[in-house]
Amino acid sequence: MKKKSMKGWLYLLPAMVFLGCFMVYPLIDVLIYSLEEGYNSASQTYYGVGLYNYSYVLRDPYFLQAVRNTFLLVIITVPLSTGIALLISLGLNAIKPLRNLYQTIYFLPYVTNTLAVGLVFMILFKKTAYTDGLVNLMIQWFGGKSVDFIDGPYWAKMFVLCFYTVWVVMPFKILILTSALASVNPEYYSAAKMDATRSWRVFYKITLPMISPMIFYLVITGFIGAFKAYSDAVALFGTDLNAAGMNTIVGYVYDMLYGNSGGYPSFASAAALILFAIVLTITCINLLISKKHVHY
Amino acid sequence: MKVVLQNLTKRFPSRSKKGDDVIAVNDFNFEIPDGKLIGLLGPSGCGKSTTLNLICGLEAPTSGSILFGEDDVTRLPPENRGVGLVFQNYALYPHLTVLDNILFPLQNLRGAEKLPRAQMLEKAMTAAKLVQIDELLERKPSELSGGQQQRVAIARALVKMPRVLLLDEPLSNLDARLRLQTREEIRRIQQETGITTIFVTHDQDEAMSISDMIVVMKAGVVQQIGAPQDVYDQPVNLFVATFLGTPPINVFDGTVRAEKLYIGEAAVCDVPGVGDQRVTVGIRPEGFVLDQNGPFAVKLSRVEVMGRDTSVVSTHPSSRNPVIRSIIPSLSRVDKTAETVRFSLIPQKVFLFDAETEARIPFESGIPGEGKQA
Repeated sequence: MKKKSMKGWLYLLPAMVFLGCFMVYPLIDVLIYSLEEGYNSASQTYYGVGLYNYSYVLRDPYFLQAVRNTFLLVIITVPLSTGIALLISLGLNAIKPLRNLYQTIYFLPYVTNTLAVGLVFMILFKKTAYTDGLVNLMIQWFGGKSVDFIDGPYWAKMFVLCFYTVWVVMPFKILILTSALASVNPEYYSAAKMDATRSWRVFYKITLPMISPMIFYLVITGFIGAFKAYSDAVALFGTDLNAAGMNTIVGYVYDMLYGNSGGYPSFASAAALILFAIVLTITCINLLISKKHVHY
Repeated sequence: MKVVLQNLTKRFPSRSKKGDDVIAVNDFNFEIPDGKLIGLLGPSGCGKSTTLNLICGLEAPTSGSILFGEDDVTRLPPENRGVGLVFQNYALYPHLTVLDNILFPLQNLRGAEKLPRAQMLEKAMTAAKLVQIDELLERKPSELSGGQQQRVAIARALVKMPRVLLLDEPLSNLDARLRLQTREEIRRIQQETGITTIFVTHDQDEAMSISDMIVVMKAGVVQQIGAPQDVYDQPVNLFVATFLGTPPINVFDGTVRAEKLYIGEAAVCDVPGVGDQRVTVGIRPEGFVLDQNGPFAVKLSRVEVMGRDTSVVSTHPSSRNPVIRSIIPSLSRVDKTAETVRFSLIPQKVFLFDAETEARIPFESGIPGEGKQA
């Protein structure tokens, strides 16, 4: 018996070594950093141990701005992108001709480089000396006043960031949802048809419960992904996100480590752990809600 | 409710551009009497499921019409026809409880037909009691056995009291023991409700045992319609004769000379009124009688004892099948070591078919109905 369990551990060893080196050790390290007050990375010294780093981060206006931005991004983009992806998938599922073409078109953003997409958005939204950007031209054409989406008011910048995020995450969601819809046994729809079920009821009572595990998966990964947003904001607003007022929590962590205000691994660790706590809480809430509404 | 099918035809366009259309159902004419249990029987791909889909409205016929009583329902969508359909795989909504599954059709009712909740529950309970699942109402379909799921599916189809109940291969997903039990159950439910019921099956046992009438189909064409025993005793062609009966009928090449049937060189049976010609002969397994002086000699392969009766397996050069199977009462003893066995034949169990068209050639085989077995 003992020999057998030794063998088992031996087989697990490679995975455990890797996970230990690259996940468990850094995690513990982050926790330690976050508790060391006044840590100096050059001299590797610190004054004491305590929660000062956390209280500093939680009072830092840049961090609070980043939290606000991140939450807005999450609350707006996750439901919106999932909802629109569901509508598009339902549409794709309903048509026969040109379905493959549309699927390919909808999937294009997924294989396009983030920064290239950022460039396209600049062309669409950025005001330069020569042009106001395509969107502003359209607004003017309809008789509106042009808005500076990249360096202008907060709501305009937030709108562009959300628009961009929704657009970038959409293809993957469409891909998942179209395959989920296609895997629903058509007999259920025949049965519903026999029973004179109205189409919204078919959707609400049959389609939605059948694909609920996939929707749930998308919502969970969507939440986590949106909380970790950073590169999208950089692609749109450049690296100095604090100045633009468009920083995210991950951006704040990065800035604390390497940015202009860099060299503060303790603050960065504290911020990262706060983010971890937030994501964990939200995911737990999601799991609790899903127990009632997701049917496997 | 009487169901009338007139010249019903369904063509499916060919997948390839050059190919011919597939005719799934070809000129189907049948008047199903009110309150009967009808079995649509045929091998895979013979168009029986398509016929069912045409009746329930999931497919539209290419031509012909369908009448329920006096109403022409050919162009009506399925939901307005008043049919209940039990799917082959039941199609129970997996996320709903048994009760919610049965309630589902009632909850779809709108306008004047809308029922108060108490009445819906009452109807659902009645249907559940009818199929004896009223103990299982709170369970999910995945927590039920195959037979129980089948009953839930029937209850769901019955809860709106349809004019016609349709069952697609109702027993194919059940094990052998449950199959016997469930077919009795279907018969009982049908008789208690008196709803005209049509079911599709490829299993002739199933169709014969519970149907009031069976319809035998082949390649979209109806071969024969009638009471199970009549179809069994008077098949119109070789296909029907071979399709019905277990073990299957034994088929031989034979000739008729001077109103006598010859299989090989032996005159085995008198066939009054049949002209001289080559024929295909079908002999039911129970048509053989062990007879030391019998005219039909076969080479004995083995004897299988099955308790109630004995199966004699033998060979003959004129047989189309590798072996001939004959069923004799277990009381008669066969010498298992003998090289040959001799039989005489029961004329009512011998059928002649045209060697070319495979249509039945009738002959006077004594008093009609004699030799029938219950």
